[in-house]
Formats: sequence, C-alpha cells, structure tokens
Amino acid sequence: MNKGLDMIEVVNVNKSFNKKKAVDNLSFNINEGSTFGLLGPNGAGKTTTFRMMTALLKQDSGNIFIDGKKIDRDKDSIKKNFGVVSQHFSLQSEMKVWEILELHGMLHNINKKTRENKIYNLLKFSDLYADRDKLSKYLSGGMKRKLMLIRAVMHEPRILFLDEPTVGLDPVSRRDIWILLKDLKKKGLTVVFTTHYIEEAERLCDEILLMHKGRKIEKGIPKDLVKRIGSYTVETYEQGNLEYYFFKEHKESLEFAGKRQEVNIRKSNLEDVFITLTDTRVGDENEI
Amino acid sequence: MKMRFKAVLWEEWIVFKRKFWKITTTAMMSPLLYMIAFGWGMGKDMTVEGTPYIVFLIPGIIALSTMNTSYSAVAVLLNIHRLYDKTFEQYLIAPISIYQLVSGKVISGALRGMYAGFIIIGISRLFGVNIRISIPFILLMLLNALAFASLGFYAALVVNSHADMNRFSTYVIMPMTFLCGTFFSPEMMPQFIKKIIYFLPLTHASQGLRILAIGERFNWINFMVLFIYLVILFLLSLRQCYKVTA
Repeated sequence: MNKGLDMIEVVNVNKSFNKKKAVDNLSFNINEGSTFGLLGPNGAGKTTTFRMMTALLKQDSGNIFIDGKKIDRDKDSIKKNFGVVSQHFSLQSEMKVWEILELHGMLHNINKKTRENKIYNLLKFSDLYADRDKLSKYLSGGMKRKLMLIRAVMHEPRILFLDEPTVGLDPVSRRDIWILLKDLKKKGLTVVFTTHYIEEAERLCDEILLMHKGRKIEKGIPKDLVKRIGSYTVETYEQGNLEYYFFKEHKESLEFAGKRQEVNIRKSNLEDVFITLTDTRVGDENEI
Repeated sequence: MKMRFKAVLWEEWIVFKRKFWKITTTAMMSPLLYMIAFGWGMGKDMTVEGTPYIVFLIPGIIALSTMNTSYSAVAVLLNIHRLYDKTFEQYLIAPISIYQLVSGKVISGALRGMYAGFIIIGISRLFGVNIRISIPFILLMLLNALAFASLGFYAALVVNSHADMNRFSTYVIMPMTFLCGTFFSPEMMPQFIKKIIYFLPLTHASQGLRILAIGERFNWINFMVLFIYLVILFLLSLRQCYKVTA
C-alpha cells in the first residue's frame, strides 16, 4: 500500500441542476489507504460530489481522477476498483441475501467457486450468515446496510464509497457499521464517505472535507481543524442567544467562564469548526 | 463478458421463479377474459374473413399478450428499479457494458412475453381451439416480444415518474391493444385510420400470426416491419442507457 499517494483527485469540478449550483469549483485529493469524510449539512453538495466520484453523475466541468485515470475515460476498468454503498437501501426485495451477493459476484466476473467462498466468508464476517436465506425485504435497516457493505467489498475493490452509511440507523446498528468499516480499513481500503454526523466523522476519518453550499470550506485532519479554532469551547447565553467562545487551553476557558453565569465548558468538535467557518450547524441548515 | 450478461438473466430468472404463480395468473387473466367475452360469448357464431371468430381472435390475443407482458416486464420493473428502489444503480456501478445490460433486460422481458403467449396457446388448446403453431409463428412471436421489451426499456429510462409511466401506457400501448387487428380486421376501419394502423408494430404481429395460424403462406412484410421496429427501439434503448451512464 502506497500510503500518502493520491488515490482520488477532484480538480475544479462544477455541477448545476436547473441553473442552481450544487457543486462549485471543488478541488481536493484523497490519499491511498486513508478514510476520508465529506462533512456538511443537507444540501452542501456531498451526495452530488459522491455521485460524480462514483461515475453515476457527470460533472459539468473539471476533472476527477481515480488512481490517476480520468473517470470519464476508462469507466469500466475504474469501476472494478471501487465499491459503492448508496444512501438508500438499494437491494432487490425479492432476492435472498445470498442471491444478492451471488448476483454482484457474477456482475464482477468472479468464478463460481471463488464466489461461494467469498459469500460464505463475508456472511460470517458480517454476522449475516444465519439470515442468508431471508428475502432482503425482511431484513432490518442495520442488516440491510451490512449487506450493502459486504456486497460493495465482495470484488475486493481498492476504494469503498459510502453515502451517509448510517443515516436512519439505530445507535447499535450504527456502531456495528463503524466496527465493520474499521475492520475493512485494516485491509488497506481507501474509504470515502459522506456524513452529517459529527461523531461519525470524528471517530472514523483520517481526513475530512467540510462542505457548505457546494463549496469547500476546509480540509484537514479532524484534530488539527479543532485545534485551529481552540480545543475548548465555552457556551454561554448572552442576551438570550447561545454564544460560543473557543480557547486553546483549558485554563483559559475556566478563567473566561468564571466571570459569567450559565456557562458550559466542553471539548471543541467539528461542529464548532463548522459553525465558526459558516455560521451554520452541520446537523441542520438553520443559521445560528 | 458472458457472465455479466448471464447475471442480468439470472436475476430475472430468480424473480420469475419466486413470483411464478403471480406472474402466471396475471398473464392469464386479461387474455382469458377477452377469449370468453369476445370469443365464446359475443362472437360464438361469427366468422371473420371466412374464419370462425375464435380462431381469428386467438392469434390476435397471443400478439397482444406477448406485447403487454414483454413491455410491462421491462418497463414497469425497470422504472421502479431506477426511480424507487434504486437497484438499477447496481448495474450502473458494475463493470458491465451497456450492450450486455440492455440485451439482458430485453431478452429476459421477451422471454416473459413468450411465456405469456404460450399460456394462451395452452388455454386455447384446452378449450378445443387448435391453431397451427409453426417455427415462423414462434419466430414472429419472439420478434414481437423483443420489439416491445425494447420499447419497455426505452420508456423506463425516458419516463421520470410512475404516474407518467401509466400515461405512456395509456397513449402508446392501449390504442394498439384495440386497434391493431387484435379483435377485428383493420380493413373495417376508415382509410386514413387504416394507414396509421398498418404503421404500428402490433398490427403486423397479429396479422402475421393470424396468417400463420390458419396455415396460409407467411408474409415477409410482417417480419420485416417487426424487425425494423426491433432494431430502432433497441438502438434507442442503447443510446438512452448510454446517456444515463455517461
């Protein structure tokens, strides 16, 4: 694994729908072997960017390179190198769990014996083995997402794309998906996902791209981004409004808080970074 | 290469096996009602162009049923897979060629149409109506099924809502059902309508099948027209699929 080399390069990409800009002159790169998150509120342009990186949508201008190859030139060979987990449960409702994996294996030209081995191993790995004969429509949300995840890695891609992988899942299922993702990461996969969950981005990502209104706001290692604004946050009510103050040292925040009433001191997070940079929360689009 | 094409057919086969009774009863229902109402009810003692009406009717119903089933099997399901459950995306992100994808979907839809056609043949035999089934008869059925499965593929990718999909059927499939020589000879229609009717593919399917069913020499024009429709609709489907994936 050549950690540190660009696996994905997005260069000056633009995309509009009905003359409304969804992605605005976006450029960034993703290192091989890293877990990269696109973080932003709904409407930030994450899913549009995701769909362009997975060749499901064509950009109006700019270029996207996957492992050095232009995405719109060599689609078929590029597609062999990535797996995709979409936001919606895109599973054939009338097919059994193993049949869905079998179909994926056939579409990726995996021979029968290898397919059988892979299906067995992946079902065991994801704890879905007991449910292999269930129709996918009878699976819970968490199980469906797990199935989509193992399907996406069945052909051993080098990049795994996930669009809001835990949206709509209960906390237990969400944690299960995180564990699976961490296990997959150990195998050297480059993982790229979109999310609007701060905790998810902080726990999983080596690097994140903050997006707002189709534009890149900031890119970096989560801890560094938080450090940049100050590792400690003091929340206090001023004239009825919740205000945020950031401090590098805990001592400084204590000194500041000591002078006020109704204060809360906590460690800063990516939400604070986002608020500082955009005056908007990641969780919703309401300006604060 | 072959395995990816086989994968498309295999998916359809799994769903077909799982929903066998639903698919079979649905394919039987309307044609059976047409046969009972128009064939044995209304047209019991009637003859058309010197042929008992039920013998005239059955090839038309086979053409109609093959058209409807092939079209719906591709159009309705693919439209749902594209817009609602998004399972069509699985094909778009897989390294399968557009040609393999379109061929796989069209052929599986056509096979469903053929199955529906054979059900009608079986039912008519059960009721003692023996029409002549020859290789050209089956080939014409297949051409009809392939042409309408291709139309179904094209429609599924062009139409962007389920409601519009129903409208498409109402404006395109429904008029053909009643006008294209299924229940009566197009010769009975006024001249200007007759010209339009002879331009439509189902007319050539029902007319060609009828000629073959009563043992007359087959008409190349029927084959050629359906073949031309198939080529045009298949190419349109390829182009549309390329647009979706480009």
